Amino acid sequence: MTIRKYLRERFFPHMWCPGCGHGTVLNALVRAIETMGMSRNEIVMVSGIGCSSRITGYVDVHTLHTLHGRALAFATGVKLSKPELNVIVPMGDGDALAIGGNHFIHAARRNIAITALVMNNRIYGMTGGQYSPLSGCDVMAATAPYSTIDPAFDVVALSVAAGATFVARCTTYHVKEMIDILRQAILHEGFSVVEILSQCPTYFGRANKLGDAAEMLRGLKEGTVPVGSEAKQKNPALIERGIFAQQEKPEYCAEYEKIMQRARAGRE
Amino acid sequence: MPSNEHVRFIQGNEACVEGALYAGVEFFAGYPITPSSEIMEHLARRLPRRGGKFIQMEDEIASMCAIIGASLTGRKVLTATSGPGFSLMQEALGYAVMAEIPCVIVNVQRGGPSTGLPTQISQGDVNQARWGTHGDHAIIALTASNHQDVFAMTVEAFNMAETYRTPVVLLFDEVVGHMRERMVLPEPGQIPLVERLRTSVPEGVDYHPYLPREDGRLPMSDFGGVHRYNVTGLYHDMWGFPSDNPKVVHGLIRHLVDKIENNVDSIARYKAYYLEDARTVMVSYGATARSALHVVESQRRKGQKFGLLELQTLWPFPYDIVGEACGRAKQVLVVEMNMGHICAEVKRALTNAGNVFLINRLDGVFISPTDIRQALRLIAGRGV
Repeated sequence: MTIRKYLRERFFPHMWCPGCGHGTVLNALVRAIETMGMSRNEIVMVSGIGCSSRITGYVDVHTLHTLHGRALAFATGVKLSKPELNVIVPMGDGDALAIGGNHFIHAARRNIAITALVMNNRIYGMTGGQYSPLSGCDVMAATAPYSTIDPAFDVVALSVAAGATFVARCTTYHVKEMIDILRQAILHEGFSVVEILSQCPTYFGRANKLGDAAEMLRGLKEGTVPVGSEAKQKNPALIERGIFAQQEKPEYCAEYEKIMQRARAGRE
Repeated sequence: MPSNEHVRFIQGNEACVEGALYAGVEFFAGYPITPSSEIMEHLARRLPRRGGKFIQMEDEIASMCAIIGASLTGRKVLTATSGPGFSLMQEALGYAVMAEIPCVIVNVQRGGPSTGLPTQISQGDVNQARWGTHGDHAIIALTASNHQDVFAMTVEAFNMAETYRTPVVLLFDEVVGHMRERMVLPEPGQIPLVERLRTSVPEGVDYHPYLPREDGRLPMSDFGGVHRYNVTGLYHDMWGFPSDNPKVVHGLIRHLVDKIENNVDSIARYKAYYLEDARTVMVSYGATARSALHVVESQRRKGQKFGLLELQTLWPFPYDIVGEACGRAKQVLVVEMNMGHICAEVKRALTNAGNVFLINRLDGVFISPTDIRQALRLIAGRGV
């Protein structure tokens, strides 16, 4: 029950639809934080706009609910200004990688110690079910009545290429795995990305006839395999989960400390 | 006589940097753009020496967002840009208005629209500073015509940002930004500084980040401190939690506008030259006020009763002060380098708008005293 202290119960019930995966992410996130024994005063959660972004309102840490796509830019200001804070940025798929795509790759490139969560339900939920850059081809959506022709980003490959030093994927079905991965991501000294495959039965599920939340969760269970498993070689359609990159590289705020020392050593 | 160590021969953009450092700026985020880049170049060098943070972001959108984030951790923050970048900043500028985040934005104006005239002067962003971000709101915008005033107005901008918990726009122009002239660095303490008002609510007691005190001010609590609260660009209640309750919405928009509009007199900065008996009053601001003053003084030498009202606060527009200064004049000449942004406000301030004339140039060439004299002849019906 100790996780209750991380929640702002005053603001419940939450605004997500029945069956939405975002509540599961909230649950896993506060459990991950709880295992680390961090003070709530040391945590800043920054989000953008969308269903996923409302997660910040419910967590009793310092919370900054910003503009669509801009969460990482705000978070960069918070983190560089006060590097001792732990900065976590939950985003939706459109939020992080359509309107926020440029901020995403540049935050990754800097390797600034921020944890970016991409809560990927492959749809814009809050605006009524339009396709996102993670929907992929042959998907039905409010703005794709004849199905999508837009290929999806591979969040893992994109993050690695952009310079993120911790990159992982998990799902709302594999909750214990998610807690463990989130914990490692938050503890990582560098830019960490966790893509969380989540279900939106209201829009994505309904438009694509995927059934209710339970059936969509079964889809996440059966459609994903641990990274490096043999099943993936036999069936390339399976999506891998787990940790794809985990390396130490110079972290931005630590490097800026060195710049300050170098500047002070010089003449004013 | 100021000692030599306090005398500088610098660009206006450097005067702005000196003013920001004097005011205690601790964080700058920006993106290169002419004619403002010198501000970020100098701060890239100066800030880390004093423990401040500098970051070059991926664009102006991100720059504006980053300074808001940094401000919430308790820092005095700045960004600098020009027209196209100022356009990109409008979204987050509105966020800073809504969430009441102190921050200062410099716009060294160039010719627009679009990429326009990157290295030439214009004052075409005056109305953008007022209404660039969507929705009803109030804003503070300051300007200056010389480097001593650029310094002073930059300090004022930081002070007003803290006093009113609002973004403040410094609307300089290319001529002031790039021109070099003498500036005397004030002694520490010579210009008073306003520091952030922080809450005295102790840990464990419910802190209401968005409940204004009786005087309208809202004490803040830094991110990382003992009070954990929500900040949002949505309409929000006293805890900062989203609300669409009509009473909450109405109360917040009134508060956001009233805290500025009810303090026009405290926010107004201006300079009056020869206004006491002036029959012709020029109204100008920024670099163009220099040419206007030149004309006013030469007309005075000829015995003509000319005066100048140099505005330094453009928004909120000081209607009463302008009305007072121009009310008795036979004619009012507004000198500015746009199609009449301030001229329209001057007309609104006066009962007889028919004797208000606009003297402008729109071609990127700085308006000279000769240009103004030529316009005077035209207005007098004497031809060119």
